[in-house]
Amino acid sequence: MTLRTEPVTINIGPHHPSTHGVFRLRVTFDGEVIVDAEPVFGYLHRGTEKLAEERTYVQFVTLTDRMDYVASMTNNQGWVLAVEKLAGITPSPRGVWLRMISAELQRIASHLVAIGFFLQDLGAFATPLMYTMRERERILDLFEILCGARITYSYMRPGGVFQDAPQEFWPRLDTFLKEMPHYVDEYERLISGNEIVLVRTKGIGKVPADTLINASASGPILRAAGVDWDLRKKDPYEFYDRVKFDLPLAKESDNFARYIVRIQEMRESLKIVTHCKEQIEPGPVRPKEVPFLVRPPRGDAYAHIEAPKGELGYYVVSDGSIAPYRCHVRAPSFINLTLLRDMLVGWKVADMIVTFGSIDINMGEVDR
Amino acid sequence: MYGFGLLKGFSVTALNMARTPFTVQYPDRRVGLFGLAQASGMNPLQFAMKRPGDAVRAILGMAKIKVELPQAPRFRGQDFIWYVERCTGCASCAKLCPLGIIRIVTDPAGRETQEGEVYDVEVFDIDLARCMACGICVEVCPYDALHMGSGFERSKYAFKNLLITVDELKQMPKRPSTWFRPQLEAKGYDPHTGNEADWRLVGRHEMPNLTQLKKSWVDDRTK
Repeated sequence: MTLRTEPVTINIGPHHPSTHGVFRLRVTFDGEVIVDAEPVFGYLHRGTEKLAEERTYVQFVTLTDRMDYVASMTNNQGWVLAVEKLAGITPSPRGVWLRMISAELQRIASHLVAIGFFLQDLGAFATPLMYTMRERERILDLFEILCGARITYSYMRPGGVFQDAPQEFWPRLDTFLKEMPHYVDEYERLISGNEIVLVRTKGIGKVPADTLINASASGPILRAAGVDWDLRKKDPYEFYDRVKFDLPLAKESDNFARYIVRIQEMRESLKIVTHCKEQIEPGPVRPKEVPFLVRPPRGDAYAHIEAPKGELGYYVVSDGSIAPYRCHVRAPSFINLTLLRDMLVGWKVADMIVTFGSIDINMGEVDR
Repeated sequence: MYGFGLLKGFSVTALNMARTPFTVQYPDRRVGLFGLAQASGMNPLQFAMKRPGDAVRAILGMAKIKVELPQAPRFRGQDFIWYVERCTGCASCAKLCPLGIIRIVTDPAGRETQEGEVYDVEVFDIDLARCMACGICVEVCPYDALHMGSGFERSKYAFKNLLITVDELKQMPKRPSTWFRPQLEAKGYDPHTGNEADWRLVGRHEMPNLTQLKKSWVDDRTK
C-alpha cells in the first residue's frame, strides 16, 4: 500500500497568539518540513506616514510613539533628529544627554521584551517572560518619573526634551544601574546554559551574512552574523562619540547568536547610561528660541539611529510650512522580517515560531 | 555534564520563589488578621477584641483592603484640571490637539477690563474616548489654565459618558499633574500627597500689574 502525499499550505495568523500582533504567514509544509513561507503584512496599517502630512512637527512626535510601541523613546529620537537636521536646530547638551539616557534604557527594555517573548515562543512558558517583565517594569517606572507615561512617552522635542529630569529620578537610576547587571547574570544562568534551549536554538534559522547585507537588514540580527555594523559607532549621532562601549558580535547567525547578542547589548547599554550620567552637565534642556511650530526651510533630510531592532530612519520633506510635505519611515522590523523565508525554509514546524521570535519584530512598526 | 545547565536554571527559579513578589494586587488586596489589624493601626489581639466579626472574616480569608498605587507626580492621567480664572478662551488647546477632540465655544462676557475683552467659556468638551494623553494641549496653553490630571479610573459603559464637559471640569478636584509645569515641581508640589492647588499657585508668572500691562501694550502698538 502506498501513501499519496502532497504539500499542504497553511495560514498562520493573522490572529494567532504567537505572531506578535496581526501578522499572517502562509507556509507550505511537506509533512513537517517547511517548503515555502510567505509573510503577508498590512493588517495593522494605520497610515502614519500620511497622517504626518497633516500634523505639525511636534504633533507627529505623539504618533511616532505608536509605531514601535515597545521602544517608543527611540522612535521619538529618530524623528526629532530628522526635524533638527531639516530645520538646522542645535540641541541643548543636557537635552541630548537625557535623550541618550532614555534611549539606552529603552534599548534594555526592548531587548528584555525580545528575550522574554523569544523564550515564550520556545515553550518556556511565562517564567523567563515574567522575570524580564519585572525588570522592564523598573525601567517603565523610571520613565514614568521622567515623562509621566509608561508606554507612549512623547518625551522628546526638536531641540532636546520637554522637561528636565526631576530630582528623584537620579537616585532611582543609580539603584537600577547597580542592580541590573545581577539580573542579566540571572537570565544567563537561567537560559544560556539550558540544554533544551541550546538544542532548540543552536544552528537553527541560519542566514548567511551576505544575504543579510543584501536585504539591508540591521540591528542585532546583523551583528549576530558577525557583521560589525552599528550606527552608534559608524555614524555617531548625538553624543555617541563621547561614550565608550563595545560592540557585541557573534559569528553563528543562528537563533542562539541573536539571543546572546541581545543579552550582551544590554550590558553595553548599562555602560553607556553610566557614562552619560557622569558627563551630563547642567543647563537648559531645550533652547529657548525653538518655537512650538517649527517651520523648516524647503528641503529634505534623512536621519537614522540605531533603534533596538535595527536602523530606524526618518526621511522628511519640507515645503516650508508647519507640517511636513512627505514623511517616510525606514522601519527596521519591516526590513528584517523580509528575511523570514530564508530563515525558515528547510526547518520544521516547531522551529518556525522560534525563528520568528528571534527576529524581534513589532507589528506596529512593520505595518505603520 | 549533560543536564547541569538545567539544574543551574532551577537554582534561579528556586531563588525567585523566596523573593517577595513584584506583582501588585489591584484594586484591593486580600489580607489576614495581621494585615487587617496593621491597616487599622492596632495590634492583632486588640483588634480581635474590638471587632471580633471582622477578625473572624480576616481569619477566614474574606477581608480585603484597598490598594493605593504609587504614582509619579508627572503622571499623565485621563482627566484634565482647568482653572477658569486663568482661561481666556483663546482655544490654543483646541487648535493644536493632534486629534482635534477639544471643542470650545466662547462668548464675549460683556465686560471690558483694561487689557481687553474677556470671554466666557461656554462649552469646553474634551472627548476622552479619543484622547491619547499626549499633553500637547497643556504644553501650548499660554496662560497655564489647563493641566493634566492624575486619574486613570474613568472606565464608562458608553462612549458618550467619556466626554468631559465644562461643568465637570469646573467641579474636578484641583490636583494638577506636574507634567510640563516646572513651576509646580520647583514649589515641591505633589498631586498625590499635596493639597488642592489654587489658581494663583499653578502659574508660571505672578499676576500682571494692570497699569504696567496697559503701558506695554500701548507702547508696543505705537512703535
